[in-house]
Amino acid sequence: MSQTDPIKPIQIQGPVCPLPHHHTETVVIGHGSGGQMTRDLIINIFQREIGNEFLAQGNDAALITFNEAPGRIAISTDSHVVSPLFYPGGNIGRLSVSGTVNDVAMLGAVPAYLTAGFIIEEGFSMDSLKQILISMAETCREAGVQIVAGDTKVVEKGSADGLFINTAGFGIIPEGRHVGGQYAQPGDVVIISGSIGDHGIAVLQARGELGFDSEIKSDVAPLNHMINDLLTAIPQVHVLRDPTRGGLATTLKEIACQSQVSIHLEEESIPVKQNVRTACEMLGFDPLYLANEGKVIVILPQEKADDAIQILKSSPYGVMSTRIGYVSQEDPGNVLLQTAFGTTRILDMLAGEILPRIC
Amino acid sequence: MILTTVNDSTSPNFLTGYRDAHLVQGVIKQIHQRITQPWTIMEICGGQTHAIMQYGLDQLLPAEIELVHGPGCPVCVTSLELIDQALWIAQQPDVIFTTFGDMLRVPGSNGDLFSVRAAGAQVRVVYSPMDAVKIAQENPDKQVVFFAIGFETTAPANAMSVLQAEKIGLENFSILPANVLVPPAMHAILSSPENRIQGFLAAGHVCAVMGYWEYPPIAEKYQIPITVTGFEPLDLLNGILHTVIMLEEGRTEVENAYTRVVSYEGNQSAQQLINRVFQTVDRNWRGIGAIPKSGYGLHEAYKHYDASMKFHSTGIQTEESPLCIAGQVLQGLKKPYECPAFGTQCTPQSPLGAPMVSSEGACAAYYRFGRKTK
Repeated sequence: MSQTDPIKPIQIQGPVCPLPHHHTETVVIGHGSGGQMTRDLIINIFQREIGNEFLAQGNDAALITFNEAPGRIAISTDSHVVSPLFYPGGNIGRLSVSGTVNDVAMLGAVPAYLTAGFIIEEGFSMDSLKQILISMAETCREAGVQIVAGDTKVVEKGSADGLFINTAGFGIIPEGRHVGGQYAQPGDVVIISGSIGDHGIAVLQARGELGFDSEIKSDVAPLNHMINDLLTAIPQVHVLRDPTRGGLATTLKEIACQSQVSIHLEEESIPVKQNVRTACEMLGFDPLYLANEGKVIVILPQEKADDAIQILKSSPYGVMSTRIGYVSQEDPGNVLLQTAFGTTRILDMLAGEILPRIC
Repeated sequence: MILTTVNDSTSPNFLTGYRDAHLVQGVIKQIHQRITQPWTIMEICGGQTHAIMQYGLDQLLPAEIELVHGPGCPVCVTSLELIDQALWIAQQPDVIFTTFGDMLRVPGSNGDLFSVRAAGAQVRVVYSPMDAVKIAQENPDKQVVFFAIGFETTAPANAMSVLQAEKIGLENFSILPANVLVPPAMHAILSSPENRIQGFLAAGHVCAVMGYWEYPPIAEKYQIPITVTGFEPLDLLNGILHTVIMLEEGRTEVENAYTRVVSYEGNQSAQQLINRVFQTVDRNWRGIGAIPKSGYGLHEAYKHYDASMKFHSTGIQTEESPLCIAGQVLQGLKKPYECPAFGTQCTPQSPLGAPMVSSEGACAAYYRFGRKTK
């Protein structure tokens, strides 16, 4: 702009803002993000129509009881729609078994049986299907669970994206274990079983849209043995939760709300692999909000923290386990992150879909 | 490009040198030592607003410094008529509408790109305009449109996409030109009778492309110091320190506190690319109004790549609602938490105003990082 141009001073136009779009009329992709929009959808639509005391527990699995044996059971279901179906470190098969096994284990249960439902788009490669099933079988063997019921539907081309898998699972909760998002206590310590964000970046990268390659692999894994070892030694664990969609921040926010406590994190102590961090820097993502499929958040009394970390570290899936924060009653329902500079910021839930920044 | 694994077993301490807490404390100390009176400083760029909030840098500054957040978020200032054009074009048959992800949630008069995608439109997120060119090559039976938003930073790549389409003779590719320019916005803010900005942090990445030769006339005309500033905590604080020293010494100059990236002349070949494809045009800024010569439109020779001409999408009736104070926020006249809708009716998942949409928008930065009040 040259100096001779007449410069018009700004005239305030007055309040200018568009009408709100709450997306109440159609389902949009953000409703599946695992963040606030998903929560709104569940509260406003699902709970209103099919809500009950079991769904209201709000944990990864529901706790149901029988008067006669076997006592307390954890039950959970999860649908898997990951795109692409194969990605570094895993595929939809390993994910569909691990996801449900982990959800059941997060209640302190020992997962035993799964069901699996397949929705297959016509034209899907039989070879890919076999590979996925081999992966499911391997993961079941590793986790020590069996698929005992199944269902297959094939839909017309265009009605599904290749393959969707739903799994449900259940397991028995041994006596003496009382684990759930509602049990975090002031004074507890927060532990994460390893680096965060690996799965989220691995899947995004496998879509081939990022314009770079890396060695980042998904962390997808069944965590039930590691968790069982932990609970056998330390039944006093209060909360177990796997930070999947919505990431570490959203999951901790849920726990803070469920237990009506505040959770305080130290940014510098949160493990993030260097290449994941670099990818996040390039894309404008916050690793705190990226999905994980092989990590667990453990909240337990402080005096048990060192023992817990040692037990987690003895599992191949927990070698980087570390303490990342503590629980207090200062600011119920909030998650506060202390930065390296001693400043504090509040971590909220993921809003909708994760979108890359533009510049 | 390969992202190498520096230390796979890593890294509880992921902070790079420009985030070194010890060095940051050192600069903070110097700012405290130099300041003797209140100053109001605007950071132009939304990326800087985001970083200030993310690291809580404002919590470390002396109370004398008021940081005002500028209009440097392209998502926030893209005009309603352009958003509405985008929504309309995306809904046309046989169109693949490509855009940077941030734009999907920006509300138009009646809906957003998420809604039109849910209704069946083909809206695809790309990470570079060159991806849109590739999509056009792969889909010869579709019209592929790229929403060319951004400041001077995205303009070279946007220009490149047009030249690439010309080179390979693509007739099914066009862009919706929406680039906006920083210096005219600075002129507009400084010449406003309500202006209270006393110093500027110029946006480092814009300057990486454009250099900072455009700024000395602004500093001189409005008697205001300007510091070219980067985005890491140390860069930002260094930019603030430079500005405070100039203010305290009564100097109205342009200084470069981001020398590792920015030169006076900028990236010459990028500027040539821009000048070849684009010409400056008057442009409306959402929440601010029309600013003369503040945008890039296509040169006559490239008009056939202009989606608004191809689809005759101009002249759509737009309608803003009188609910929030985005305009005042974008001009630094109000803080996000001064809006009655902030955090209640207006949140990132149901934004009333564009500044709540992008992570670079001032309202979203305040909301995300828990700044319900100062």
